[in-house]
Amino acid sequence: MHTLVDKHADAVVHANLAAGLSTPKVSAKDVNVYYGEKRALMDVSVDIPDRGVMSFIGPSGCGKSTFLRCINRMNDTIPICRVTGKITIDNQDIYDPKLDVVQLRARVGMVFQKPNPFPKSIYENVAYGPRIHGLSHSKADLDEIVQSSLEKAGLWKEVKDRLNESGTGMSGGQQQRLCIARAIAVNPEVILMDEPCSALDPIATARIEELIDELRKNFCIIIVTHSMQQAARVSQRTAFFHLGTLVEEGPTTEIFTNPKDKRTQDYITGRFG
Amino acid sequence: MTDITASDAARVRRVDVTSSAAKARIRARYRREARFKLYGLAALSLAAVFVVVLIGDVLSRGLPAFWQYSLVLDVHVDPAAVSSGGKVDEASIRSADFYPLTKAALESMFPGELSRKAQKQLVRLVSTDAAMPLRDELVANPSLVGTTVKTPLILSATSDLYYKGAGTQIESREMRGIATPSGTSGEITVLSSANDFADALVHLKQRIAEQARSLRSEADRLELFAGDTVTARVKALRDEAEKLQQRVDQPKVEEELDNKMPSLLIAIDGGLMKITKLSDVSATGIVLLPLRSTDEAKPGTWQLVTYETPESNRKVTDQDVAFLERFKQLGHVEQSFNWTFLTAGDSREPELAGIRGALVGTALTLVVTLVLCLPIGVMAAIYLEEFAPKGRLTDIIEVNINNLAAVPSIVFGLLGLAVFLNFFGMPRSAPLVGGITLGLLVLPTIIIASRAALKAVPPSIKEAALGVGASHQQAIFHHVLPLAMPGIMTGTIIGMAHALGETAPLLMIGMIAFIVDIPHGFTDAATVLPVQIYLWSDLPEVAFKSKTAAAIIVLLMFLFVMNGAAIWLRKRFERRW
Repeated sequence: MHTLVDKHADAVVHANLAAGLSTPKVSAKDVNVYYGEKRALMDVSVDIPDRGVMSFIGPSGCGKSTFLRCINRMNDTIPICRVTGKITIDNQDIYDPKLDVVQLRARVGMVFQKPNPFPKSIYENVAYGPRIHGLSHSKADLDEIVQSSLEKAGLWKEVKDRLNESGTGMSGGQQQRLCIARAIAVNPEVILMDEPCSALDPIATARIEELIDELRKNFCIIIVTHSMQQAARVSQRTAFFHLGTLVEEGPTTEIFTNPKDKRTQDYITGRFG
Repeated sequence: MTDITASDAARVRRVDVTSSAAKARIRARYRREARFKLYGLAALSLAAVFVVVLIGDVLSRGLPAFWQYSLVLDVHVDPAAVSSGGKVDEASIRSADFYPLTKAALESMFPGELSRKAQKQLVRLVSTDAAMPLRDELVANPSLVGTTVKTPLILSATSDLYYKGAGTQIESREMRGIATPSGTSGEITVLSSANDFADALVHLKQRIAEQARSLRSEADRLELFAGDTVTARVKALRDEAEKLQQRVDQPKVEEELDNKMPSLLIAIDGGLMKITKLSDVSATGIVLLPLRSTDEAKPGTWQLVTYETPESNRKVTDQDVAFLERFKQLGHVEQSFNWTFLTAGDSREPELAGIRGALVGTALTLVVTLVLCLPIGVMAAIYLEEFAPKGRLTDIIEVNINNLAAVPSIVFGLLGLAVFLNFFGMPRSAPLVGGITLGLLVLPTIIIASRAALKAVPPSIKEAALGVGASHQQAIFHHVLPLAMPGIMTGTIIGMAHALGETAPLLMIGMIAFIVDIPHGFTDAATVLPVQIYLWSDLPEVAFKSKTAAAIIVLLMFLFVMNGAAIWLRKRFERRW
C-alpha cells in the first residue's frame, strides 16, 4: 500500500516536471485527514500551479472536498477532525502554529456548494471582507473595491442600481456570482470552489464557468466538481480521487484522453461513480 | 436483465384498487382522517369556549370598575379652613381638613331639619377622602380659595355600587286621596281621604302570606333532604311561618313593618316618610327627607313608594336610598372615567384604591429582571452554543440549565429569602430583590430560547464569514447573533411575560405587604400587579371584587402587549436565507 502511494507521489512530481511546473502555488505532501478514528484522506501529495484551474474529480465520499477544506483550514472548525502532513502556499507551511488562520483565509478564498450570501445588502456582502481586513481607508475606496469585485464577477451591470437590496433576493446563479465577488473582494491568492455549480441550472452554470475562465488569469483556482464535462471545460489540470487517495493527477487533456490508472479510466468512462 | 418468467409474474404484488377490501380500506382511512379532524376541532372549540367565558367574565366584572360615579356639588371654600397661620399655600391646602366643607355642602342640599342619625348617614355616603379632586384643583389654582367651587365629591364604594345597580328596585304608585301629614320631621302620621292605605294593607298581607308560604316550603325541603340533623332549624322556620300566617289571618287594622319586608314609603310635599305602621286610614312613620310643609296633598301629587329588596338584604339603608335617589333626581350625580384607579396607590377604601403602585412596582421589578437576564442569558447561550468545548462539564451545565427551567417558582422565592434577604441583608419587599429573584427564574428560559435561536441560524452563514477571513468571534457577532436576535428577543419577551405573571416567589421576599405609597426607586417597598390582584381578591368588600377583575384586565393588557411585541419583532426581523 505504502509503496504504491509513494509511486503515485513520484508520478505526480514527474508529471509536474513534465508540465514545466517550476514553483507550485500550493503544495501538499503526505496529507492525512482523520475524522475521529476514521481516516478520510491517505497520504495525498499534489502540487498546484499558480494562475490556472485545478479540478478535483472523483466519486462521492472520495475525500476531494475534505482535501479542499484543508487548504484554507476550514476543517479546523470540526472538533474531531485531525490533519497531518504538510501543505504549503508559496513555500509557507499553513499548519505552522505561528500562522494566523484568519490571515490564511484572507489569502485563500472559498466559494461553497450552495450559494450562501449574507442576508444583508449586496453592497454589504462584498464590502464585509475588505472592511474586517482593513483593505479600504475611505468610503470611496470601499465603493471602488465593491464595484471592481462585482465587475470581475460579471455581476456589476445587473446589480449596480440595487446595491442596497438584499443579497438573498437574487436568483441562484446571481447569488453564487455574488459569493465569488465576495471572495475576490479581499484579493486572495487562491480561490477554492466546492462544487460551485451543483445547485444551478445549465445557463447559470455556463456563466460561472465563463467567469472561472476569466478569473484564472489572476488567481490560482481549485475546483471540486462532480461533472467531468465541467472539469474538462474549465480546468487545465485534473486530479482524480478515489477512496481517500489521490489516484492520478495531470494535465486535464491527458487525464481524460489517456489515463494511466485503470480506476481513472473506469470512472471517466462511466463504469462507476 | 433476465426475462420475467410466468412464475415471477405471479409473485409480483400489485395494489388491486378495484377489490372490495381495498375500497373498505380506503373508506376506513377516510373515516380515520375525518375522526381525527373532528377531535381537533372539538378540542379547539372547547378551548375557545373556555377563553371566551373567562375573558367575558373578567370583562363583565372588571369594566364597571373603570367608571366611577361622583357627586357634583357647589362647595364653598372657606379661607379659614385651608390656611395655616393665616397663609394659604400648597402645604396648607394639602394638610387642610376638608371634612367640614363637604359636610356643609352636603347638608345644604337638604333644607329643613335632619335628624342627627340622618346627618351622619349623609356624610357617610361620600368617601373619607371625598374632596380629593377639590384639593388638587385648589393646589393648581389657589385663587379659588374663598369662592364657591363646583366640584365632584368621590362617593363611597357602597354609594357607587348603588348607582351601578346593586341597590333595589323602586316602584312608585300615585295615590287617589287627599293626604294630610301631621308634621315635617321626626315621627309623623299621614291620613288619606280615600282608601289608599287599605289597598296598601291588602298588598302587604299578600306579601306576608307569600313569605309564609316560602318559609314553609323551605322547611319542607330541609326536612325531606336533611332529615333529623336540622330539626331545630325546621322548627324555627315553621314557627316563623306560623307567626306570619297569624298576621295574615287576623283581621287586624294596623300592621307593623320590619326590615325583612319590602320598605314602604310615602313621598309627599317634597319629603319622604318611611312607614313603620300601616292601617286602613293612616300611615305612621319616620321622616327621611324633611317635608316642605304640612299642606294637604291633592290626589296624584303624592305617591306610595316601594323599595322591593328588604332593607336587611342590602348594603344601603332606606335613608341612604332616599338621599341617593334625591341626588340623582336633582342631577348632581355624574359618571366619569375612574382615573383614581390608574393614578392612586393601594388603599383600604375601595373607591380610593388604585393600581399605580403595583404598576410602578411591576415596571421596576421587570427592569431589574431584564437588565440582569438579557446580557447574562445571551452571553451564556453564545458561549455554550459556539465556544464551549464539548465535554462532560458542558453536558452537566446543559442538563442543569434545563432542570432549572422546571424548578417550581416558590423554590426561587425561598432562595431569594435565604440568600438575598437573610445573607446579603437586602431590603425587604424591594423591586431590586424581586427583580433578581425573578431573574433567576427567567434566566434558564432565556438561555434555552437563545441557544435554540443560535442553533437555528444555518451553519452556511458562519462558514461564509469564516471563508472571507472573519475570525470565529467576528463570524458570531457580525452574522450569527444578528440573525438569531429575533428569536432571542421573542424568547426574552416570553420570559418577561412569565415573570410579569409570577406571584409565588415574590410572596416569599415580602412583596405581599400592604403598600400605599407609590415606589420611587429600586429599594422602596413595593408590590406587583399579580400580588395586588391576590391581595384584593382576598378582601371582603364587594367593591374590591370588581377592582380585582379590573386589575386582571390591566395585567392581561400588559401580557397582550408584550406577546404582541414578541410576534411583531419576529415578523419584522425574520429573514429568509
